[in-house]
Amino acid sequence: MNAGVPLSAQLINLFAAVILLLAFAMLAQRRVMPLINLFGLQGLVLAGSTLVVAVTTHQAHLYWSAGLTLLLKAMLLPWILHRLVRKLYVKWDVESLVNVPATMLIGIVLVIVAFNVAQPISLLSHTISRGTLGIALATVMLAFLMMITRTKAIPQVVGFLAMENGLFLAATSATYGMPMVVELGIALDVLVGVIILGVFFFQIRDQFDSLDISHMEHLKDG
Amino acid sequence: MSVGGFLGQLFAIALALVLAPLLTGWVNQCRAWLQNRSAPPLLQPYYMLHKLFRKDVVLARNASPLFRFAPFAVFGCMLLACAIIPSLSTDLPLAPAADTLALVGVFGLARIFISLAAMDVGTAFGSLGGRREMLVGFLAEPALLMVIFTLALISQSTSVATIVETLAHREIVIYPSLAFAGIAFTFVSLAENARVPVDNPATHLELTMIHEAMILEYSGRHLALIEWAASLKLYAYSCLGLALFFPWGIAERDNFLAMIAAAPLLLIKLGIGGCLLAAIETVNAKMRIFRAPEFLGTAFLLAVLGLLVRLLLEVRA
Amino acid sequence: MSSLLAIDFLLIAACLWLAVGLWGLAAPRNTRFIAKGLFPLGALIGLGVGVTALDFLGQSAETAILVIGLPTLPFHLRLDNLTAVFALLLGFASVGISIYAAGYFRKGEGAAPGLMCLQYHAFLTSMLMVLLADDAYAFMVAWEVMALSSFFLVTTDHRHEAIRSAGYLYLLIAHVGAIAILLAFGVMTSGSGDYTFAGMRAQELPPFWASAAFLLALVGFGAKAGLVPVHVWLPEAHPAAPSPVSAMMSGVMLKTAIYGLLRVSFDLVGTPLWWWGVVAMAVGLVTALFGVLYATVQSDMKRLLAYSSIENIGLLAVGIGLALIFHSFGMETLAALAMTAVLYHCLAHAGFKSLLFLCTGSVLHATRERSLGKLGGLIHRMPWVAWLALVGIIAGAGLPPLSGFVSEWLLLQAFLFSPGLPHSWLNMVVPVAAAVIALVAALAGFAMVKFYGIIFLGQMREPALKDAHDAGPWERGGLSWLTLLTLLLGVMPSTVIGLLDAATRQLLGTGLAARVRESGWWMLAPISEDRASYQPLIFLVTIVASVLLGRWLVRRLYHGRIRRSRAWDCGFFFEGPRAQDTAEGFSQPIRRIFEPVFRMARHFPTARDDQPYYSVKVEDHFWHWLYLPVARLAERISGLIVRVQGGRIAVYLMYSFLTLIVLLLVARP
Repeated sequence: MNAGVPLSAQLINLFAAVILLLAFAMLAQRRVMPLINLFGLQGLVLAGSTLVVAVTTHQAHLYWSAGLTLLLKAMLLPWILHRLVRKLYVKWDVESLVNVPATMLIGIVLVIVAFNVAQPISLLSHTISRGTLGIALATVMLAFLMMITRTKAIPQVVGFLAMENGLFLAATSATYGMPMVVELGIALDVLVGVIILGVFFFQIRDQFDSLDISHMEHLKDG
Repeated sequence: MSVGGFLGQLFAIALALVLAPLLTGWVNQCRAWLQNRSAPPLLQPYYMLHKLFRKDVVLARNASPLFRFAPFAVFGCMLLACAIIPSLSTDLPLAPAADTLALVGVFGLARIFISLAAMDVGTAFGSLGGRREMLVGFLAEPALLMVIFTLALISQSTSVATIVETLAHREIVIYPSLAFAGIAFTFVSLAENARVPVDNPATHLELTMIHEAMILEYSGRHLALIEWAASLKLYAYSCLGLALFFPWGIAERDNFLAMIAAAPLLLIKLGIGGCLLAAIETVNAKMRIFRAPEFLGTAFLLAVLGLLVRLLLEVRA
Repeated sequence: MSSLLAIDFLLIAACLWLAVGLWGLAAPRNTRFIAKGLFPLGALIGLGVGVTALDFLGQSAETAILVIGLPTLPFHLRLDNLTAVFALLLGFASVGISIYAAGYFRKGEGAAPGLMCLQYHAFLTSMLMVLLADDAYAFMVAWEVMALSSFFLVTTDHRHEAIRSAGYLYLLIAHVGAIAILLAFGVMTSGSGDYTFAGMRAQELPPFWASAAFLLALVGFGAKAGLVPVHVWLPEAHPAAPSPVSAMMSGVMLKTAIYGLLRVSFDLVGTPLWWWGVVAMAVGLVTALFGVLYATVQSDMKRLLAYSSIENIGLLAVGIGLALIFHSFGMETLAALAMTAVLYHCLAHAGFKSLLFLCTGSVLHATRERSLGKLGGLIHRMPWVAWLALVGIIAGAGLPPLSGFVSEWLLLQAFLFSPGLPHSWLNMVVPVAAAVIALVAALAGFAMVKFYGIIFLGQMREPALKDAHDAGPWERGGLSWLTLLTLLLGVMPSTVIGLLDAATRQLLGTGLAARVRESGWWMLAPISEDRASYQPLIFLVTIVASVLLGRWLVRRLYHGRIRRSRAWDCGFFFEGPRAQDTAEGFSQPIRRIFEPVFRMARHFPTARDDQPYYSVKVEDHFWHWLYLPVARLAERISGLIVRVQGGRIAVYLMYSFLTLIVLLLVARP
């Protein structure tokens, strides 16, 4: 059945599956610090998968983006988030709007949806790793789900970043990566975004004495 | 049915009976070392079984015949399971008697008997244990079934022997789905064998017990049989896990010599597995009983993900 | 006699049943004669029905036309293999239940025994006629007689308010269902005016109308079978009825609805669309999960079993759905696998559920208690019932080597093939549905352990239980018969599948028998031996042998000494029966884990209570979501209609007169 599939494709599939697994682990995680660590790990695996694609296809810019991913997503961003958490004294449990098992079940449904939606698209692609497109889409959806179900700000930011991971995976798997300029731009955007959000966190906390974003509901007029 | 197969079958059963307490002893020893305690002798479970068999049975006054029948039934179920699971060879005359689904059924049957026996004397702890055992059971079974489904998708069969032969013969291919299923299977085995994150085999604090609470009223030969059956269950699950996920070295049909050669390999595999089990038990803390659904839910999730990933990546790619 | 066809035998049996019932009316108060004379006679006729059907299986269909019926539409009857399978079920199950009933009905309980006897046998006759009917009219007549006779049986004890309202609810939903079935038949005739089933088969319905017919049939037969959300009558009516009647309703009557669904969707309506299967499967999954979850939290033993019946009906619907899906994609072998699972489960469920209901009857007679919280330890006083019930619960929990496992195994095997479906959504969603089946099966084990453990094991929760007596010889006979069926169905699956094969071949054009026979009667390998196999007999023999051998060896090598003493209980002193789990306590984990599923009203004791108590009441969400709003709506509408009602005869006559005139004007040719 799987005979004839080259080792690189197998590795990419494995990495993609691990990324999906990590997305679920993040969805299930109740603590903030492990959540950030999981995100870092996801970045690491993503870098690994990009590297494999780079080695297989001999595309120089993919080496760059693998390195960039490693640096930015596996090291810099987790480090910034760690600092933020420590500075803000927010080592609380992550509160979730929906309980964890229910979130998981919704997650499974999303995975099925994503796999089916991605299937016709992946048939158009001719890359060795096109099968992972479904996984990439699922990762995006799960990250989105995480942003929806979490009440605190930091998990939401992690969700946002994880979504970007999913997009990146989609880009490498479907088209062997975006042009370098676009990639750099996105990386910069993400970095700047996190820094701005960090500043916002301090502002929010000063304002409400909490990072619970449900307080923002009171910001309406009247 | 060849003579070799018949001999192999008898040998497999005898080996299970002998090795199972040894495995338990080995796990206990490893755990003691890891926890900086002085370890009990490796053969401690045998001494215990022998002693228990010699002792009188003290029965509660209102224990019914079911209570006395249950240990034998549980033991019989576990023996059947050990006879079906290929430990050394896939050439087992009894193997067609049950595929993996029926194997789940055998474990379920044993669980029903032991839970009923726990409720029989009518003590607080007994019914508590029975209830919790059934709780763990109904959470573990769907996860186990999804693991089986994933494997059955890969090998196009639910028969254990065929799965093992398919997996042992394939070229080395990385199946992410198999990895997921493997982790899920580990979770399920921990729960089913009353191991640490879910239950604690060494506990003597009544309210935290599951397995131990069920067998509080047993003594003498009945207790011996139940302990032996518990060892057999651990052995059966270990062999099943090894056969499904590390099938290399298990002898094929009509090959008695290969079967002899498979024995040392099995011992090594079980030894490593026992060490890992002890390590898991040392590193983790027992969780609250109502965290068990999440633990087993995770196992279920992993197994389903394995199934889906299999369908997405490996069938269509 | 050779000139008589099998269908004639069945007709004679139906008449004989009716005659036996009428005979009971001749001596309505003579309990002894009716119980010990007529019910065994009924059992004998049941045996005849079963044997006739068994003998018939595999032959080509026979038809008959009765002289009674409408002038232009006499009753058409037809005996084909599908009918025969269900007649087999009816016959053999009724043998056990009737024998049991001979010992069960006693003086001074409920209605006059003669009346009971008539209702009971009319019920049997009507079920047989439902199976035999070959036109919509005969079917509906038999269907209604079945509903009515079972309604009267349910309300045998009509002095209780609760039983009356249960009966009322049953009648109401049965009729809503009947209307849906009638409409389904109406759609299937598609205006041709030919109400025979042969005529419906000949029709080629456009997809829209075919779907409408299927959905109507699903609702109609679902109402009889107890599919969610039209299940609410079932947990009310089953406990209200006398136990043999509950057994008959749960074991056999629910299956007539399954028969109807199979008849319509595979035989009458033409080529199925794949999404019908999805609908049936979704409804079935919800029903199964709902039923089993509610079964685990019940405190009344008969309600527990009733919910468990809902669960089993759900499993059957899932199987039918799967068969429909495979069938619509032309994968007939796999459809046959699922169909075999459905038919097998019908037989298995008829056996073990009747058995369990009859066991509750014996417990009820011996203790006058239905509440699990007041039972316990009955294995000491009622060993016969207890050990036979053990067989029932193992089968009910779907465990090898008994009957419930075979059908679950077949169903799961069918599920394993679903990734091969040529439809990208289905082949991902359907395998996951199998996990729900596994959860349901495991939860069924929980419910069954609760049922058995609380009734038969532990200490007696009430002192009065000490006087409980075991079942009498007739009751034992009935129970043993059903136990035997459960065992045989469990141990000889290949033989049984060989019998069912005729029906699957009739519905799908292919069966499993050829492959199953290849591998020998002791082995079940529906696809191939490498793919999957199961040998229940070896299973049973190995376990029994190791039990006996183990026992012998232990005694031989060591000793068999036993000392009796107080329970150890970790050295604590709460020795009384109160220390055991109550029925509520046992199901606490379920209530906690699946909290959103239940509508619970709980009372917790506080520190300041003088008389602290804990209570929990579990209700059905559907009452509050569906039934009460509908009832309120109905009340409001009838409130409007009240205005038309003046109370004067003249006005009413005028209404009739006006209607007549309008009709005449409208109907003018």
